[in-house]
Amino acid sequence: MTVDPGSFEETDGNLVSVDPLGFPEYPEKLAKAREATGLTEAIVTGRATIEEVPLIIGAADFGFMGGSMGSVYGEKVARAFERAAEEKKAVVLFSASGGARMQEGLLALMQMAKTAAAVRKARDAGVPFISVLTSPTTGGVFASYASLGDVVLAEPGAIVGFAGRRVGQQELGGQLPPNFQTSEFQYEHGFVDRIVNRKDMRRILGFLLRFFAEGRRNGG
Amino acid sequence: MAANVLDFERPIRDLEALIDELRTPEKRAEAEAQGLDLDSEIARLEAELRSVIERIFARLTPWEQTLLSRHPNRPYTLDYVHRIFDDFLELSGDRLSGNDEAVVGGPAFLDGRPVMVIGHQKGRELRERQQRNFGSAHAEGYRKALRLAKMAERFRRPLISFVDTSAAAADLAAEERGVSEAIATNMAVFSGLRIPIVVIVIGEGGSGGAIGLAVGDRVLMLEHAVYSVIPPEGCAAILWRDKNRAPEAAAALRMTARDALELGVVEEVLPEPLGGAHRDPAGMAATIKEAILRHLSELDKVSAEKLVRTRYRRFRSMGRWMELTPAETAEAEQPQAAPL
Repeated sequence: MTVDPGSFEETDGNLVSVDPLGFPEYPEKLAKAREATGLTEAIVTGRATIEEVPLIIGAADFGFMGGSMGSVYGEKVARAFERAAEEKKAVVLFSASGGARMQEGLLALMQMAKTAAAVRKARDAGVPFISVLTSPTTGGVFASYASLGDVVLAEPGAIVGFAGRRVGQQELGGQLPPNFQTSEFQYEHGFVDRIVNRKDMRRILGFLLRFFAEGRRNGG
Repeated sequence: MAANVLDFERPIRDLEALIDELRTPEKRAEAEAQGLDLDSEIARLEAELRSVIERIFARLTPWEQTLLSRHPNRPYTLDYVHRIFDDFLELSGDRLSGNDEAVVGGPAFLDGRPVMVIGHQKGRELRERQQRNFGSAHAEGYRKALRLAKMAERFRRPLISFVDTSAAAADLAAEERGVSEAIATNMAVFSGLRIPIVVIVIGEGGSGGAIGLAVGDRVLMLEHAVYSVIPPEGCAAILWRDKNRAPEAAAALRMTARDALELGVVEEVLPEPLGGAHRDPAGMAATIKEAILRHLSELDKVSAEKLVRTRYRRFRSMGRWMELTPAETAEAEQPQAAPL
């Protein structure tokens, strides 16, 4: 458990995906994902505390259509940042996503802009954002809000990259470093602050949340 | 030139070849010798050509639209920039690691008014295409655009962005220098720029590569441009493990200009000259210029605060979903849902 026991309270759990394009088999895939995961969407967001510091938290589930970001996912992320700005809380988002949800076409692509804009607005309001990359975090999620944390943490060995490892390999005929598109690769190149094991996550997040919260209390 | 004709353009090409042939001095001499009225024959063929083009373009499939958006003769960013602006000075480099020729940009004058221009740039001949990485930008391309956009904000110049890329670069160099972070940062920063931003999707609006230059107050799209979350080939490969089903995917993705307008992703579709922008680049440039001037004159009346607020809302409101009642939610959420 990353958050304080019993502290999690879900928000926006009533948002569910529709099939805006009439995309082949999308409603069936949604139904299957709901059944398999017990979730209504690929990301769950809400309020919680970690070491008693209140925060806005969200976690994506790769099991729900590859954790893909469609309208609901993007809307929940945007609302999380807006709520954080309103309530003066930090945001912690755990990503696990193959990218934008193809079945929602352009509307899914627009969630990249929507979530990135929401990060910017929360940033302007003085809200800290800690982005946690779990395996895999790729495509449109890595290329939007997930790369924009004030602090970016990643789990060891997680697949983290823009295009997905298979695509890269095909294009380069296998001439790639063995850690290509992993947390460690992103760390080496300066896009991840720390590689953090799941068991240490609570402690590290607690430290950062206290750092940000103290600063705000004294600085107004 | 033959390689630059799309399959569905062949009837057009054949008729044009015939007309060109009738215009040669040899044919003219031949016709005169036989007492034939060549001019009326040419006029008849030209009318037929027009109706053939109209007929073909009236029922283009989404896949044909996709091919048109990638047409090798299609005008690229600089082809328009040189026609639309009185003057343009290209600037280079992201001040961090390099200069990406897949993105161009710099100050320009639009009917005497200083503006900043950025855009993806594809190459025309093989060497230039390679040099510009086929219009697929690396991190330094997005960061060059960011640098110019911030410069524009400092001097309160409107930003005009031309979008034309199949996708951002996805190779080792792209990952090493953080193309994802660069695209993400552009969207975040552009969403807060205190200057008017007009975006025009002129060819391929290819997913993350496109949106990295496409956050603006007005997003316009040429009639035969496309805008998509994934190329139809990639979509078909994932969905059906068969790239040959790309035409089906192109339809399913709703990626034409008309679709983008219906989905509320663009404000306006700019009509192309008959037969596509490549048949009349100057005419297309004039249409784009008129649209830029018109949208800028509207945006000029808006305060910087309101511009930023409205731009935020523009993207904030995108997407479609349903909100369940508490009772419906309880039913939809299974008891095992405890992700944290």
